[in-house]
Amino acid sequence: MTTSFQLNGKPAAFDGDPETPLLWVLRDHLGLTGTKYGCGVAQCGACTVHLDGKNRRSCVTPVGMVAGKAVTTIEGVAGKTAEAVKAAWVAIDVPQCGFCQSGQVMSAIGLLTAKPRPSDTDIDNAMAGNICRCATYVRIRQAIKDAAGVKGARA
Amino acid sequence: MTAVANRRAFLAGTGGLTIGLTLPLGGARAQAMSAPLQPNAFVRVGTDGLVTVIHKHVEFGQGPATGVTTIIADEMDAAWDQMRIAFAPANDPLYKNLAFGTMGVGGSSAIRESWMQMRMAGAAARAMLVEAAAKRWGVPASAVSVANGVVSSGKRKAGFGELAADAAVLPVPQNPTLKTPDKFVYIGKTFAKVDSKPKTDGSALFTQDVRLPGMVHAAVRRPPAFGATVKKVEAGAAKAIPGVIDVKPIPSGVAVYARDTWAAQRGAAALEVDWDLSKAETRSSAQMFAEYSAAARTPGRQVEASGDAAAALAAAARKIDATFYFPFLAHGPMETMDYVIAKKGEGIAVHAGSQFQVGEMRAICGVAGVPFEKSELIQHYAGGSFGRRATPVMFDGTEAAACARAYGFAAPVKVVASRENDLTGGYYRPMTVHRVQAGLDGAGSIAGWDQVIVAKSIMKGTPFEAMGIKDGVDGNMVEGANDTSQYKIGNFRLGQHLMDTKVPVLWWRSVGHTHTAFVKETVIDELLTMAGQDPVDGRLALLKHERAAGVLRKAAEISGFGKRAVKKGRALGVAVHESFDSYVAQVAEVSVGADGLPKVHKVWCAVDCGIAVNPDIIRAQMEGGIGYGLGHALYGEITLGEGGQVQETNFDKYRSLRIGEMPDVEVAIIDSQEKPTGVGEPGVPPIAPAVANAWRKLTGKAVRRLPFAHGDNS
Repeated sequence: MTTSFQLNGKPAAFDGDPETPLLWVLRDHLGLTGTKYGCGVAQCGACTVHLDGKNRRSCVTPVGMVAGKAVTTIEGVAGKTAEAVKAAWVAIDVPQCGFCQSGQVMSAIGLLTAKPRPSDTDIDNAMAGNICRCATYVRIRQAIKDAAGVKGARA
Repeated sequence: MTAVANRRAFLAGTGGLTIGLTLPLGGARAQAMSAPLQPNAFVRVGTDGLVTVIHKHVEFGQGPATGVTTIIADEMDAAWDQMRIAFAPANDPLYKNLAFGTMGVGGSSAIRESWMQMRMAGAAARAMLVEAAAKRWGVPASAVSVANGVVSSGKRKAGFGELAADAAVLPVPQNPTLKTPDKFVYIGKTFAKVDSKPKTDGSALFTQDVRLPGMVHAAVRRPPAFGATVKKVEAGAAKAIPGVIDVKPIPSGVAVYARDTWAAQRGAAALEVDWDLSKAETRSSAQMFAEYSAAARTPGRQVEASGDAAAALAAAARKIDATFYFPFLAHGPMETMDYVIAKKGEGIAVHAGSQFQVGEMRAICGVAGVPFEKSELIQHYAGGSFGRRATPVMFDGTEAAACARAYGFAAPVKVVASRENDLTGGYYRPMTVHRVQAGLDGAGSIAGWDQVIVAKSIMKGTPFEAMGIKDGVDGNMVEGANDTSQYKIGNFRLGQHLMDTKVPVLWWRSVGHTHTAFVKETVIDELLTMAGQDPVDGRLALLKHERAAGVLRKAAEISGFGKRAVKKGRALGVAVHESFDSYVAQVAEVSVGADGLPKVHKVWCAVDCGIAVNPDIIRAQMEGGIGYGLGHALYGEITLGEGGQVQETNFDKYRSLRIGEMPDVEVAIIDSQEKPTGVGEPGVPPIAPAVANAWRKLTGKAVRRLPFAHGDNS
């Protein structure tokens, strides 16, 4: 069975079980490997993509659910907010091992799209689902604030 | 000098080969690696002016690729933006770790072991470029200077690329002049890491991302208990899953091959396996803790002794007698263990983020039944390790090799461990119990200290046994508690029991220091409280090493320890520890969180790791070490339940630190001209005891068991 959807602004299709998680369709069938497998149970956020512009864990999203919808991955995410987040990430060298970072970046873009000037609590809440085992959290927080142009220390 | 920057390497870089490769461009790297002139050194200068550093260590986040690039760029006076890096092939004669004798990294050794080697490599390249310019311009070499990638003499200027071919035919200087530290242009300063951009935009290539034509995906069903084996497999249900191609038994379980990872994982779950549990570890963690703590009440194999601890303790005015419990811990790197193995001629090509490149390739080739000499390692970024990628028995690589071989090498096979296999598969930080009896004399000085450590040895029964176990004493188990342990204590005894279990154990970020620092730093803190002494001043009076005292003073200074009022409901705790020849002190500001666990608001950290090659990477490693150490101190525990089954199967039960729990971190780096030492691990040991010491101030309860979330911590 074929599932059709928009992927990074272009038409895409998957021929197979519609229960297949979007993560594996992206990685194993469509060759977009920036989206990572970390846990498979929506606990780590390494697989975060945007579904119709909102953060979504692709590891627990059956591909059938995205039929006719727009999926954006780290490879295709663009626009002013995306560029600001990526630039902020590189400017202060957020990544260590780097494996979780595409998911972190996608979640941060999703946050700033919804809340252009997030508070520390907003950041805590929006990013709580993204684990970084290297614990680059101090810099993730800083990069989000830098991208948003928000100043000030944590309360 | 060492065998670097030799003539063939220069020729390799000047033969029109495209070497302007960056790591994410796997194709470019493959092209470079398969060139007729193979890279056999650390520096290559292309006619395009790019300087490629062949990096001999795995890069899994601690920053050695940037560190080594910094050192070479500095000695060459290269421009930062002309530097590129590539990973070295599996070749011990060229790329061995000088401290190990084989390729690999561990014990925070990447910069420590290669510092002089990389400086020589860069300096030799620079000297050859200078000599080539001198010849071309007819001036003495002393009249030629290099700055920011430009070679010049008076008004004449040339880039590295213009001089590379001339330089390649010159003799390699055996003893190139190294810079004096006052001439360093990159070392000690902060420059953009070589890999931040590809790791931000998703283009960095990890083994998990490798895709080869015709590749199949394998998942392994592992036994439910350590030491169990397959009795019988019923594969019908697995084979009925769309996308599943085949099922094969392998030594570590049963492999399922499929057209994608999803089908392979579902197939593995659908297998009906009859397991032979007759030789399995069936004890629970609770049972093992009981056995370990009983052992801790007997003296054990003596590790070291000075004075007469027993007599001193018998005469002590006040005493502590405490038993400490540390659970098994999984490393949980974000990228689970993974490999892609494909037949290549008479050998195989192995894609991996290998930590022991040559040893692992030899083990993989052995299981695959192909010659190592005909096989190739294609090294990729690795998504974290924390020790997990350094199994002495090469378990994961050989499991992948068994998968590829069982498939008859009919297609490239990719094996990605599920998170469940990662967390329940063993190779844990050993469960460990300590008993400490320590006492004060009538004057409030430490009279005596008797400590017994009980754990399974990491190295016993592995190829590393001869290196790690000397005269019956396991170095990893007692490091940080033995004579490097910093305090002047007159009457001291340390004993050790090596326990046996089928649970495989492994180095875990900072190894023995994960538990020895906790015991040392919480007991000393308690003794100082009993003696009515300040935690910082009291330690300063007892510390053996001036560099340890230096970081402690610095951490106290930047945190205002004892010098300022702390917010109501908060307390400061301090700890200092030396590990891997680096010194770290931390002060943690802690309150009681809404969940009843410590809430850590801020950590002040002082580190002395000799010359600070990349200060920002040092800061990042302190931040990361603090977060990793704190997350496990709060939540980390792998539990064997009744019958020996691991209870924590994914990140829902094996809790990680999350962003809201990460304290602010302020790092001070001690100015030093000592040789650089490592930073990947030394940030970890002090955080748990610093938090526990603050917790005792807040609650009056000493912490004897980790993690905090276990409860029953006193």
